[in-house]
Amino acid sequence: MADCGSNEEVAVIFNTDITSTESENNLINTMVEIGATLLRKMEINVTEAEKRTGKNTVNMQETYTVYLIETRSAETVPEGGTPTTPDTLWRRYSEFELLRTYLLVTYPYIIIPPLPEKRAEFVWHKMSADNLDPDFVERRRVGLENFLLRVASHPVLSNDKIFFLFLTEEKEWREVVLETGFQDKVDSRLKSLSAMFRVKNPDKRFTALKHYSDELNSVISQLLRVRAKVADRLYGVYKVHGNYGRVFSEWSAIEKEMGDGLQSAGHHMDTFAASIDDILEEEEHYADQLKEYLFYAEAVRSVCRKHELIQYELEMVAQDLVSKKQQKEELATGTVRVFSLKGMTSKLFGQESQEQRESRLAALEQSTREGEETLKERNTECQEFVRTAWEDIGRFKEQKDRDLREALISYAIMQISMCKKTKGEDDRSAEARTELSI
Amino acid sequence: MSGQTFPADFSGHMLDLDEDDDLEVFSKNTSLADSSPMPNSPSSMVNQYRPEEEEEEEEQLQQQQGANDKDIFITVDNPESHVTAIETFIMYRVETKTTRGEYDSSEYEVLRRYQDFVWLRSKLEETHPTLIVHPLPEKFVMKGMVERFNNDFIETRRKALHRFLNKISEHPILSYSQHFKVFLTAQELLSHKKQGPGFLSRMGETVRAVANSVRGLRSRPEEFSLMQEYVEDFSNKIYSVDKVTQRIIKEQREYLDELKQYSPTYAQWAESEEELAEPLNGVASCVERCSKESDEQIHHMSEVLVPALHEYVLCTETLKAVMRRRDNIQAEFEAKNVALASRRADQESLQDEVDGLADRVELANNALRGDWSRWQNGMRSDLKSAFLSTAEKNVDYYEQCLAVWESFLLSQRVEPGEQRDGEDEPLPTHPIID
Repeated sequence: MADCGSNEEVAVIFNTDITSTESENNLINTMVEIGATLLRKMEINVTEAEKRTGKNTVNMQETYTVYLIETRSAETVPEGGTPTTPDTLWRRYSEFELLRTYLLVTYPYIIIPPLPEKRAEFVWHKMSADNLDPDFVERRRVGLENFLLRVASHPVLSNDKIFFLFLTEEKEWREVVLETGFQDKVDSRLKSLSAMFRVKNPDKRFTALKHYSDELNSVISQLLRVRAKVADRLYGVYKVHGNYGRVFSEWSAIEKEMGDGLQSAGHHMDTFAASIDDILEEEEHYADQLKEYLFYAEAVRSVCRKHELIQYELEMVAQDLVSKKQQKEELATGTVRVFSLKGMTSKLFGQESQEQRESRLAALEQSTREGEETLKERNTECQEFVRTAWEDIGRFKEQKDRDLREALISYAIMQISMCKKTKGEDDRSAEARTELSI
Repeated sequence: MSGQTFPADFSGHMLDLDEDDDLEVFSKNTSLADSSPMPNSPSSMVNQYRPEEEEEEEEQLQQQQGANDKDIFITVDNPESHVTAIETFIMYRVETKTTRGEYDSSEYEVLRRYQDFVWLRSKLEETHPTLIVHPLPEKFVMKGMVERFNNDFIETRRKALHRFLNKISEHPILSYSQHFKVFLTAQELLSHKKQGPGFLSRMGETVRAVANSVRGLRSRPEEFSLMQEYVEDFSNKIYSVDKVTQRIIKEQREYLDELKQYSPTYAQWAESEEELAEPLNGVASCVERCSKESDEQIHHMSEVLVPALHEYVLCTETLKAVMRRRDNIQAEFEAKNVALASRRADQESLQDEVDGLADRVELANNALRGDWSRWQNGMRSDLKSAFLSTAEKNVDYYEQCLAVWESFLLSQRVEPGEQRDGEDEPLPTHPIID
């Protein structure tokens, strides 16, 4: 494990002897420290990908890819010194997924950075949809590195111990994660997220945000679809120009005066046709940037849904309390407004004794008090959720605006360089064609 | 959302580019033994074979090649629909302005229909069987070349007819043809069409000659064999270039259709954003402007390159016909020559006939020889100018797009008030942005 010195903030994370409950408390403590992100102390890279074969859970042979994570202390290297050798470990995609699921459950109010896509989508015909295709693997490697960097630079997520262990502890990590018991929460949360429930007083801000995330999802999907079609067509255009190259070369063989001009025109056509591969590869980066925010949109939506769940549970508790209070009142005054089985049976079978009434009243009192406590807790929980969520949402909005603006700018730069390159070719091609004159 | 195979040929001919076969050889293999420039091109051979005494035709050819001043200007325009009881057809106005002495007036205006052009051309070919007469636009159009049959088709045809007459007027021999003059000047062409008793008999002769040539040609002079080979090769190449060009235009049109989807999507996105709205709308407008430029580029290609290439595709048929006719003339002579050797009676009259035919062969060969180099020069010049124009337009297109995106960049860089001071931590090293 890389030694980053005796920095007070870090000491907590490095101490692996503490128990899990203690570490959880520590996590809560360190979450308060905004700005002390892991990235300041640690360089993280995903440098390689390798194919492995092994037996899976059902004891069948499978081939999968593992990615090499390199971490290194971010201390400045003294002059003339060599950079420290990095610590390394291998992870496969499913482990990244496990990490992310853990983060989703543990920090429901945070917009968790997305992973690169599981399967290649929005492909155009030349692009492979095969997960083992080297281009896909390469782009995934970049995406995984990006994911780690996003998490490591997040004011809250970067302090998570499980995340730190993910980067540093190859073998035992899986056990540690499962020990946190987050999976139980996953099951119940998943059930709730997919369930249909109606919130009585929805928070307008969250409603608007959910609507926005849907819009973002739809518009970026549309953009990616169009891009795939455009890429297909553009590829066709360039490749047909390659046919020009062939014909011009053949034609130059039968002409005397025009021969040279045709020959070089042919060469330029070939170069032009070949240039499409680079162009589309560069565009792939832009598509990846868009995809990241497509998946981010899902993460935003998920936060909104979790808030809805909390809100709903809060409303349920409040409603439950109201009903208990009413029951208490009825019991005390003798009026029946709310149906209860006890009330029904007492009507049918005669009034209960004073003793019975009083014991029931006492039970209701107790229950009401507990209900009030629960309500207070839930209320606080909800408010805390809302507060921390909106903090992160604000951070996310700024990040998104920055990143996407940069992406658009680099798209423009890419278009410009493509025009310049092709125009350069065309200039020479025009010259070549003037050679057609005798 | 994956692969689409490229649609197969669209005009009933061979070019079929499947995605995996985009390297398919679609022209016949006409590779010469060596690809180095041939030491004896047809034109250099012409120089070798030119006889000492210059024929009248050759004299005129040389004069005309030097002289660049036109003394006759012809335009074809104003296509109008004419309806009669039996049919509907288009009439074109043919306007001539000339300073030539042979013409009684200096200006003429006549109405001509496509059939009239066909008549003119066949008369010219009849009179000068081994001269290369520029082709007419086709009677019918292969599907896919013109989208809307009426307006574009008529305009394309009009332009081609205009070019046809101008090419004839530039030809040193054909432009002085009586038929040509009649075509340009006579108000009523029908009476002229019916003239010429030799018409039918000449047709009969040609038919017989074709029959002869199938068995008869003893030895074609090498220069014409080479010419024949060149015509074959050229015809393959020009046909291919024509096809590729049309294919490119088709692909570009389809690309443009998809590209046009970008702009509304970016604009729609901008509507749900605040800070991002401005750059998104910027990109939307850039893509739209680039689409317009692409539209113009495609249009230019269709107007300039496609007709030029297509004309020379049609030329190859003309060239092949000319070579056939030359062969026939030679075959006829050879046949009569053989007859002369075997027959005893009528030696004298046969001899006269044979001599006449021999002269005819000589004339035909000379005519073709001269016109051949003229045609080659014309071909090079026409195609060069069409390609150059296309290349220039392409450069123009990229320059325009460049300017569009650069102005977008400027709008983004110059934008003030970029809020970078509120952050505690440095930006994560975004591997993609780097």
